[in-house]
Amino acid sequence: MAEKITLETIDYVSILAKLKLTDEETENARSDMQKMLDYVEKLNELDTDGVEPMTHLFPYDNVFREDIVTNGDAREEMLANAPKTKDGQYLVPKTIE
Amino acid sequence: MTRKTTTALDLSREIREKKRSVRETVRETLKNIKTLDDSIGAFLSVTPEEELLAKADAIQRQIDDGSLTGPLAGVPVAVKDNICTKGLATTCASRILENFVPPYSASAVERLEAAGALVIGKTNMDEFAMGSTTETSAFKVTRNPRNPEHVPGGSSGGSCAAVAAGEVLLALGSDTGGSIRQPSAFCGVTGLKPTYGTVSRYGLIAYASSLDQIGPVAGNVADCAALLEAVAGHDPKDATSLQRPDGTSFTEACVPDVRGMKIGIPKAYLQEGLDPEVRDAILRAADTFRSLGAEVESFDLPLTEYAIPAYYLIASAEASSNLARFDGVKYGYRSPEGEGLHEMYKRTRSEGFGPEVKRRIMLGSFVLSAGYYDAYYLKALRTRALIRESYTRAFQSYDLLLAPAYPTTAPKLGVSLEDPLKMYLGDIHTVSVNLAGLPAISIPCGCDSQRLPIGMQLIGDAFMEKKIIRAAYTFEQAAGIAAERKEA
Amino acid sequence: MRKQYETVIGLEVHVELATKTKIFCSCPTTFGGAPNTHTCPVCTGMPGALPVLNRQVVEYALAVGLAANCGINQYCRFDRKNYFYPDNPQNYQISQLYLPICHDGYIEIETAGGPKKIRIHEIHMEEDAGKLIHDEWEDSSLVDFNRSGVPLLEIVSEPDMRSADEVIAYLEKLRRMIQYLGASDCKLQEGSMRADVNLSIREAGETAFGTRTEMKNLNSFKAIRRAIENEQERQAELLEAGKPVIQETRRWDDNKEASRTMRSKEDAKDYRYFPDPDLPPVLIPDEWIEKVKKHLPEFQEEKAQRYVRDYHLSEYDAGLLTESRNIARLFEETAALCKKPKKAANWLIGETLRLLREKNMDPEDLDFSPAHLAALIDLADSGAVNNQVAKRVFEQIFEEDVDPEIYVEEHGLKTVSDTGALEAAARKVIEENADAAEQYRQGKGKILGFLIGQLMRETKGQANPSLAGEILKKLL
Repeated sequence: MAEKITLETIDYVSILAKLKLTDEETENARSDMQKMLDYVEKLNELDTDGVEPMTHLFPYDNVFREDIVTNGDAREEMLANAPKTKDGQYLVPKTIE
Repeated sequence: MTRKTTTALDLSREIREKKRSVRETVRETLKNIKTLDDSIGAFLSVTPEEELLAKADAIQRQIDDGSLTGPLAGVPVAVKDNICTKGLATTCASRILENFVPPYSASAVERLEAAGALVIGKTNMDEFAMGSTTETSAFKVTRNPRNPEHVPGGSSGGSCAAVAAGEVLLALGSDTGGSIRQPSAFCGVTGLKPTYGTVSRYGLIAYASSLDQIGPVAGNVADCAALLEAVAGHDPKDATSLQRPDGTSFTEACVPDVRGMKIGIPKAYLQEGLDPEVRDAILRAADTFRSLGAEVESFDLPLTEYAIPAYYLIASAEASSNLARFDGVKYGYRSPEGEGLHEMYKRTRSEGFGPEVKRRIMLGSFVLSAGYYDAYYLKALRTRALIRESYTRAFQSYDLLLAPAYPTTAPKLGVSLEDPLKMYLGDIHTVSVNLAGLPAISIPCGCDSQRLPIGMQLIGDAFMEKKIIRAAYTFEQAAGIAAERKEA
Repeated sequence: MRKQYETVIGLEVHVELATKTKIFCSCPTTFGGAPNTHTCPVCTGMPGALPVLNRQVVEYALAVGLAANCGINQYCRFDRKNYFYPDNPQNYQISQLYLPICHDGYIEIETAGGPKKIRIHEIHMEEDAGKLIHDEWEDSSLVDFNRSGVPLLEIVSEPDMRSADEVIAYLEKLRRMIQYLGASDCKLQEGSMRADVNLSIREAGETAFGTRTEMKNLNSFKAIRRAIENEQERQAELLEAGKPVIQETRRWDDNKEASRTMRSKEDAKDYRYFPDPDLPPVLIPDEWIEKVKKHLPEFQEEKAQRYVRDYHLSEYDAGLLTESRNIARLFEETAALCKKPKKAANWLIGETLRLLREKNMDPEDLDFSPAHLAALIDLADSGAVNNQVAKRVFEQIFEEDVDPEIYVEEHGLKTVSDTGALEAAARKVIEENADAAEQYRQGKGKILGFLIGQLMRETKGQANPSLAGEILKKLL
């Protein structure tokens, strides 16, 4: 049986995902997620014991950069898209009370 | 000479031979977009004319002095709006990025520009490439140029519609689960999803990093190969980018010869849920290949039914993390409402993302959350390994696989989004290629009774783009000759 | 009667690596700099930007791991730790959870009860966060990403420490080891070394662990000590009152000398780690490990032993000199130049440590040239400058790295041994201190010291002291 998705689960996940859902959206999210999880239950038919999870497609490894500074000051470009800035910094609502 | 009969390769030849100027070409393309795009809706933004003309003049000088000789010099290209273009808005068709102007260009765009191509504008798409109809775009509807009542497919619907409508000859799309191949099939154009790592992802706004690839969309195979050749290549800025063993001279593969090639048709791909007209078209294509000297047979490709669940788990999990950065702090939309940091985050993201994006972020966050990681995410990664293995075995017997690009032709606008799961199930023929990192092309192979195009896929083993291009080119030549005969 | 409690402490130590560039982009790691001037699309989390690993980070991680007797995961990977916070530009931190580069090591410390092994659970590589500044006047905070993406090693110990003393000993040992490797400058005040303290208490004799808390924001050894003492007391009081200790993260406030909880309902502490698809795995073949092993430096203990053996220093002095790799380096280079190791040691132990304390400086920041110290030692030895002057000149070397010969010359600090000049000055002193001169003549020999002092002052300290005495005696 697939995991039973409750409204509490949806509330918890929406805290993780930083999404604010209306009551209606919460209910829709619950039923959507339930349907998806019931569907992906299909994977349990498959015996995957001893199969290494495929985290990377190709056996490439050790892709490195050398430790050489090539970036200059790009502050203005980086800040250009910020909704709010002050004194060359990104302005956000206060993070500590 | 009209646009309809021109290919990108012809166009650049004419420019090189001074039969037309780059400036003229740009103006003509802008005019095309202006007259056609009102009814198609392929573009989200078009590059300002002065900027284009200045670039056109610079490219013209380089062509004239012999420093630019490639097949894309002076050719306008449309770029999907999830590929960063310095100084040009890049929105992923999402409200959350509505005002984002990247301070840098994607490596693929830099390569395009180095080849002398011009980014003419940015094309519509499903929001953050999540969708198969381009209907999840926050900004506009894109219509299928073959029948404006129907969707162009997605998520690269804008790019494929722009090419199909003749607004441009070339476009870049991106393919995470079929997002180049499926709209190419719906619009009757040619689109290729390269081997993972062939085109740099640097500057492609990530949906699912382990599945995403940028690829070409064009009116024919040779143009498609030329565009791929321009954008492919190792990039030190993308650690998953590969040094291809055989180089990137894909245009060389446009040779009309499939004699002795072994082509397999996975039986599962011709079974339930497949529109009989699509099935017939695929079987006719198989006959064409046989008549051209290839061996074609059907075979059992195991595990096809597990690809969609594995795909949606992996893609959603990666997306939930990739899309976390959109939070109203550094760029894009920020909700004016709400007190405090967390309220700002939540309102920004809830107002900025559309329903399909939120659905996948929620699913992805859940499957990675404490207690579920093994059961869902790792299970999907293990399934992925098995699917890859099953392809590897298939390619011990076959050079290429032949399959439909989608179970049906393009649906009507407004009917697909009601049932998300049903929409996901349509991706049956495309997602496993992304899971396995393989290259595949989608080319037109006929029309259904409503005159809507049908597309077929040719799937190759990793790095076998040249084989794919050769077979697709051969088929296209044969089909073209057949069509001419029919008209005569 | 209050029960007897035992404190159990494990540490998570973060060390900023001394690379030139950040872990995943080519921005400089230089400390300071105007906000956001060391940033690029990668370390500000721009859409579409991708990380590429700095090789040097792996080199340093291997060196630290091998020095701390760790096993190496020869196939290691990066994972994403997902949480929202404005100093974390991608809202995930690239770190290592499932396959950290180093595991199962130990460090030996000295305790009152003899040497003790503190086991290391793992060492992993990760990226640092940006800096948040809280705007006092507005209801907002400001984000600076200069530090975002600076490479960190997180060194996680087992819960093997039992007191603040052991914690400090462990941290000092670790810091010295890492400084010797050149992998980090490990400055607590600047945040290039940070320690989070996991602490629980249990009744004496109990073997199961109690509930632990994690203490953050500890910026000095003093703060660490106070926070440990405070937290063990807080937990004991809770248990005495029959209340449970809650597993939580607490923030130390150095001004208030108290901690408070950092819990919030928005912090689910569910980090949804998964392998980062943007970063291929790191494979570390045996040869790489061997190469790093071969290049490990001589650490403090061996160095101190060698100083006793080769330079005939006392164990105590050798210990002091090797506390800091930088001072040890200055010592070795100076001694080689002037061939007077004992004198070099004296300057570096006496005056150098005094000035460092006085100026509240880190020994790692000393950068005068050994040649200048060696030259000063020679000047003093030859009698060309007296001790008092030498100390003055040394301060100039310490601060400005002056060339002592030039400095002494330019400031006319050479010892005055010119009899004529000294006689003239001595006459003046006798004239001005007629009373004292009279007393001396009447046999009060002790007063000569006072007159010599006056003569030194008259010559601005440059008189050769023994010559000064002789001349005064003669004139009197």
